[in-house]
Amino acid sequence: MAVTDSARTVAYGDTRKSSLIFRVNTLFLRHEWIRGYTLLSPTLLVMVMLMCLPVFMLVTYSFWTQNYLDIDRTFTLANYEAFFQKPIYVALIMKSVRMSLFCTFATIILAYPMAYFIAFKVKSNKLVWLILITVPFWTSYLLRVFAWKVILGYNGVVNSGLISVGLIGEPLQFLLYNPTAVVLTLAHAWAAFAILPIYVSLEKIDRSYLEAATDLGDTPSERFWRVTWPLSLPGVIAAGLLVFIPTVADYVTPRLVGGTTGIMIGNIIQSQFGKANNWPLGAALSVIVMLMIAFLVVVFIVTTTRGRARSA
Amino acid sequence: MTDTTAPGNLTAQKAAQDARGEEAPQYFASKHEGYHWTAEAPMFLYAVWYLAFLYIPVLFLPLFSFNDSIYVAFPLKGFSLEWYGDMVNTQQLLESLANSLKVGGAVAVLSTVLGLFAAKSMTRYVMPGKGALTAFIMLPLVVPGIILGISLLVITNMVGMPLSLYTIGLAHTLVSVPFAMLVLISRLEGFDRNLEEASLDLGEGPLRTFFRVTLPLAWPGILASLLLTFTISFDEFILAFFLAGNEATLPVYIWSQLRFPSRLPMVLALGATILIFSFFIVTVAEVLRRRGVGPQSGSAI
Repeated sequence: MAVTDSARTVAYGDTRKSSLIFRVNTLFLRHEWIRGYTLLSPTLLVMVMLMCLPVFMLVTYSFWTQNYLDIDRTFTLANYEAFFQKPIYVALIMKSVRMSLFCTFATIILAYPMAYFIAFKVKSNKLVWLILITVPFWTSYLLRVFAWKVILGYNGVVNSGLISVGLIGEPLQFLLYNPTAVVLTLAHAWAAFAILPIYVSLEKIDRSYLEAATDLGDTPSERFWRVTWPLSLPGVIAAGLLVFIPTVADYVTPRLVGGTTGIMIGNIIQSQFGKANNWPLGAALSVIVMLMIAFLVVVFIVTTTRGRARSA
Repeated sequence: MTDTTAPGNLTAQKAAQDARGEEAPQYFASKHEGYHWTAEAPMFLYAVWYLAFLYIPVLFLPLFSFNDSIYVAFPLKGFSLEWYGDMVNTQQLLESLANSLKVGGAVAVLSTVLGLFAAKSMTRYVMPGKGALTAFIMLPLVVPGIILGISLLVITNMVGMPLSLYTIGLAHTLVSVPFAMLVLISRLEGFDRNLEEASLDLGEGPLRTFFRVTLPLAWPGILASLLLTFTISFDEFILAFFLAGNEATLPVYIWSQLRFPSRLPMVLALGATILIFSFFIVTVAEVLRRRGVGPQSGSAI
């Protein structure tokens, strides 16, 4: 394994070395994991400072209260009481979860055949296909969502297109500003997040299992449901989480295409930090959303892995 | 299995296919009197349909950006570069572009360096708790952006740090590091680590080994990471939205213009330009990072 800086210090003999430095050196030499952690520490430190500390402060903030322009720093559960006393917040979280689940199912169902196609059917231009599905994933989320506003708008692509070919007389009102528009836009914007994990898990499947299944008399559909699908479940689960978690608290999409009926919890949280100017309440809402997500993720993982254990 | 997709490796690929008993793809199989559909065809059609679903909505932005009308609607009125002219003459836009470039450049360098530290330690050392630490570094990918945004807003407010391009840059670094780490891990796993050990055995120090062996071998990954993290920062909206002070980045500027219908064509021109620019950078980065690494190595993203 790699010789470290300290190894050279020891090997070449550092005349100024105190016994402490010497002991640290020996420790480094003796334990590979200490060298690994040292190399990792700058990154870890940055992640802790930029993620753990801020989230911890957010949780602390949720126990304080807004007193006009000041923050009252006495510990209180008032924000959480406010949440449970106003049914609108609970209803809104439920609605956000429902919309996000819809979007997650749609994304996975649409993505699975595509991932299957690239993993099993494409032989010579795999790289091209992979790049074609990853490129949209890296490009501006805001613009991808904005495109749907242009498409579904009152004077948008769909309406003006249908009018100009004479199929409808006046613009359809139901296209934009409703939950369906939000789900459709989210499903499009997060599509690439679902394909890649499913693709990776399909690609990893040992092809000899499939041959074995065929040799033992499975029809293609039996083979799919008994071999391919169970083995690709980890990818499907990862895809589900990667789409579900960020979409529950999405702000941009409901704001641009949701109108008043398509509003989600992310918009209410933002308004607490904007117009409503009640940061502690906004912090409490965020904490509740985080707990809710964590709870659903645990339930999801436990049920899917249990199901797998039983069928195996 | 390595390298089956590299262009110059057709014989090896063929051999691997033969070994696995696979045949070359056939979407259409020729018969004596013409073509007929094989079982592969419906899947191929679905894949094409899916790509259309992925790309066509976005293509309306460039389409209407050349349309000679203030209304974004069919029928198209004629070709015009007016909106692109508007775009380059808007002072605020150019300022926010400069801001985005500054933040993106800094974020790319910072997150790639941090990603390299993480990737090197994850691939070269045996450490307890490696899985948990990797998961921890990947966490920003799954925490909703709005939560990261307001957490950082709360803490900058508490420590009395003014909102500026620096706060945006820090937030973007947080979400870019996981991507940099993933890209670099698959690159570092992709080459023979005996080369590094040979260098060490031949008497080079770890630093010189890093600069003379690891870095030259990893550079496609490093370049890909720089390009991808730059694009992430350049396109990121929600964190910048919460953490912007007086100086906006380009996506924040776009957001501020969305409420003015008369600005819409100009925003379309800007959006089209950004999309084409990002597509180009990302394609280069993807080719760099996937070539010679093998399609299934590395991670989901």
